[in-house]
Amino acid sequence: MKIELKLNGKDVAWDCAPHEFLTEALRRHGLLGTKRGCESGDCGACSVLLDGEEVPSCLVLAAQAAGHEVTTIEGLGDFAGPHPLQKAFVDHTAIQCGFCTPGMVIAAKALLDVEPRPSEHAVRECLAGHPCRCTGYVKPIQAVLAVAATNAGGEAR
Amino acid sequence: MNKPILGAPDGEAWDTGAGSLGEVDRYTAVGKSPERVDALKLALGKGTYADDVALEGMLHLKLLWSPHAHARIVSIDTREAEKEPGVRCILHHGNVARIPYTTAGQGHPEPSPYDTFIFDKKVRFVGDRVACVAADSPEAAARAVAKLRVVYEVLPAVLDPQQALLPGAPVIHDEPEATGLPGFDKARNIAAAMDVDHGDVEAAFARAELVLERAYSVPYQAHCALEPHSAVTWLDEDDRLVVRVATQVPFHSRRILARILEVPVQRIRVVKPRIGGGFGGKQEILLEDLPALVTLRTRRPARLVLTRAEEIVSSRLRHPQLLRWKSGVMKDGRLVAQELEVLANTGAYGAHALTVQTCTAGKTLPLYRAEAYRFRMKTVYTNLPVAGAFRGYGGPQGFVALESHMDELAGMLGMDPIEFRRRNVVGPGDENALAQALGEGKEGPPQRFRSCAMQECIDRGMAAIDWARRPTLPRTGTVRRGMGMSCLMHGSGIPGVDMGSARVKLNEDGSFNLHVGATDIGTGSDTILSQIAAETLAVPVGKIVIYSSDTDHTPFDTGAYASSTTYITGVSVKKACEGARRQLEDAAAEMWRHRGDACDRAALFVKDGAVCRPDGERLSYADICLSTFYTHDQHQIMDHGSHMSFECPPPFAAHFAEVEVDTETGGVKVLKYVAATDCGVAIHPKSCEGQTEGGCVQAMGYALSEDLTFDAAGRTLTDGFRHYKQFSSLDLPEFQTILVPSFEPSGPYGAKSVSEIPADGPGPTLLNAIADAIGIRIRELPITPEKVRRAWLAKQAEEARS
Ligand code: FES
Ligand code: FES
Repeated sequence: MKIELKLNGKDVAWDCAPHEFLTEALRRHGLLGTKRGCESGDCGACSVLLDGEEVPSCLVLAAQAAGHEVTTIEGLGDFAGPHPLQKAFVDHTAIQCGFCTPGMVIAAKALLDVEPRPSEHAVRECLAGHPCRCTGYVKPIQAVLAVAATNAGGEAR
Repeated sequence: MNKPILGAPDGEAWDTGAGSLGEVDRYTAVGKSPERVDALKLALGKGTYADDVALEGMLHLKLLWSPHAHARIVSIDTREAEKEPGVRCILHHGNVARIPYTTAGQGHPEPSPYDTFIFDKKVRFVGDRVACVAADSPEAAARAVAKLRVVYEVLPAVLDPQQALLPGAPVIHDEPEATGLPGFDKARNIAAAMDVDHGDVEAAFARAELVLERAYSVPYQAHCALEPHSAVTWLDEDDRLVVRVATQVPFHSRRILARILEVPVQRIRVVKPRIGGGFGGKQEILLEDLPALVTLRTRRPARLVLTRAEEIVSSRLRHPQLLRWKSGVMKDGRLVAQELEVLANTGAYGAHALTVQTCTAGKTLPLYRAEAYRFRMKTVYTNLPVAGAFRGYGGPQGFVALESHMDELAGMLGMDPIEFRRRNVVGPGDENALAQALGEGKEGPPQRFRSCAMQECIDRGMAAIDWARRPTLPRTGTVRRGMGMSCLMHGSGIPGVDMGSARVKLNEDGSFNLHVGATDIGTGSDTILSQIAAETLAVPVGKIVIYSSDTDHTPFDTGAYASSTTYITGVSVKKACEGARRQLEDAAAEMWRHRGDACDRAALFVKDGAVCRPDGERLSYADICLSTFYTHDQHQIMDHGSHMSFECPPPFAAHFAEVEVDTETGGVKVLKYVAATDCGVAIHPKSCEGQTEGGCVQAMGYALSEDLTFDAAGRTLTDGFRHYKQFSSLDLPEFQTILVPSFEPSGPYGAKSVSEIPADGPGPTLLNAIADAIGIRIRELPITPEKVRRAWLAKQAEEARS
């Protein structure tokens, strides 16, 4: 089936099988930043933004994204202009193996978009669905809080 | 023994015993925390992991796993499966070579039993390999797997390691081909065994004024690396087999694949791309043999990626152990005798069966001085999932026993637990009493501790957690608090075994390519090795272009395990860069001579990317390279270095925790955790912190929440993230990492290892804190609320009776 969606700000039209999950469709189209850690909705490695909300793309059918806006890690920034969250993860040594990083950054963006100055507890809650076996969460939490600290009250990034 | 160690493979004198903490201030790249060389690409989602390639015509593999804990395969009927559209190849014991090997990714010869076949006529646990289908799509492969008809003769199974040792127990490895090191006894289900006595153990116990003996039990733990085991294979344009695999050990993978696939080493290229975490789980030749075989048979690219459930059930786990610790002590608090007995469960196959358990002893027993030591160990087969290497490699198990025991001994003596430890713990100059007896499947080199800041780790940790508050914590009411601590040591590489090498070459913009066989699996080693190169060559880290690792293009390295990369490969990088530096100085001297401006070669030095003279003249590396490439004295400035160490300097650490125990629910909450670590000079302090935080949080899960459970038939019940509970960001306590500097003369720029020691601490530290809070000594992990609550009720009942 043919589906049309807005992907990272651009209109795309894809051929997808009706049972294909969004993770697979994205990866098949070269968007490899979206990872597969469990394919059961339990790790957040595959998180993307669907109309601005964080969803595990392994549980969303590609067809369900038709007519909606999808943002992946590739849509946030690039080498020339990384997103402040991507920069903060780098600056705080919050990345070890990096497999969880795209999902965490997406989750943090979803949070900061609605709550630009979250409490530490809110940040911990936002990352709770993102098991990271490497970092112990200390530095990822610091990274998100550092970006939040630069947000002027109410100004979302 | 401050004599130089001359055993480096290239015969170069390396460790001159020189160097001290004083020189660290002069370092320009080491001891700083520059941006990690791979961080930005990973943050952007660009990291290319093993499964991030899709090749034309690639086949997808799915496995059929054993539904039985123990069975003989009577027949496999593949006819229906073959009819499934898109099926290209089906592999099973009837059509692959039968060559015994071990999946353990260790040096040659591996000290693990050869008890594994690509496919066998027998299955030995629920989740063992039965057959494999390669098809055009994963769906077609899965459909075909469902159509395989296998007839099993179900055999009696044994799930308990103690029962596995009983006469008449089912024999799990009854195949004639299986072999192992001395102690291996397949008829009795023994994968490995070892008995060591050091000193007169009987006499020491006889002299002891008090003797304490206790039993402890520690469970399986799943690695849960977020990236599952993945491999993609293909034939390149020269018809060579390329294996792109998520591995910690590319060179071991190549060597073992060559043997079991019966393909010469020179026909195989193993590529380690970006790795999504390993923790020992990828120190294993776990799955790449199957896509490789499919590629060899079909000539098509092939891909195998495990699902999360397959990862938990059918990859590798931490060895469960039953430990018995016995100590003899004098009333003044002097330890005189230490005895440890370990019964370990390796599951159906013996990967790392010997060495994990010898490390249980090797990291723990020598931490405290005693007159005599005894170690008794058996690792047994059962019909449960397979254990292997896991960060800490026996240490987390052993320290649960040792450091619980030290607290109990102190209590028995009426001594402060910290004072008791301080009295007995080793220090600089002490000998590692068991280093020789506990070598890697053979006698090890003797060891003496040189750098050791254990006492300072204790001081700094006590101050950070404010240990003086301990007596004032609330210990009445429903919710009680307590504090606990533990002392730890680990190792840096496998002495006399681990070898790493590096190659460096100069480019005409003054940058360098650095090629290492070492595998960065998320540890940061690419950055750390780049810093060592930058320091040695006097350039910014950004001038180093590192590449790791590819058996065609990078020199040999044993791999990312045994806390060896910084300590071993780091020195090989330093040697290679020192050689390149000498060549730069030679070339500069020749350039000046050629220009009629001869200089004193011996007075030259390097600084800020240039060779400098005392009179202020300088030649930049870029100019030197341009000249040596194109104009005069033409040659490539490049060098290589290899390193192996007969020493294994331990990092030391003291861990502290404050916990809250709810006596009504049995719930334990970690409020604060402090890890003070002496890892020598921290090359990249932020990464050392990250290793500590990550290692501790992983081990807090091991201590409190991670519970791998099985039904009576041996099926794993907790085979997903939902039921197998790791620590999350919400469980993380207030965490403080303290890096206590020391200078290790045998390490690169004074460094020792840091990656595994954090995993050793949380088990005993939390057990001790819980005992402090509620007066109950639990001797078993995981410390689930049920266990705490039950122990609490038992204590209440006991108090009511008396
Ligand atoms: S892969 Fe989607 S949540 Fe884990
Ligand atoms: S950095 Fe490896 S899982 Fe988070």
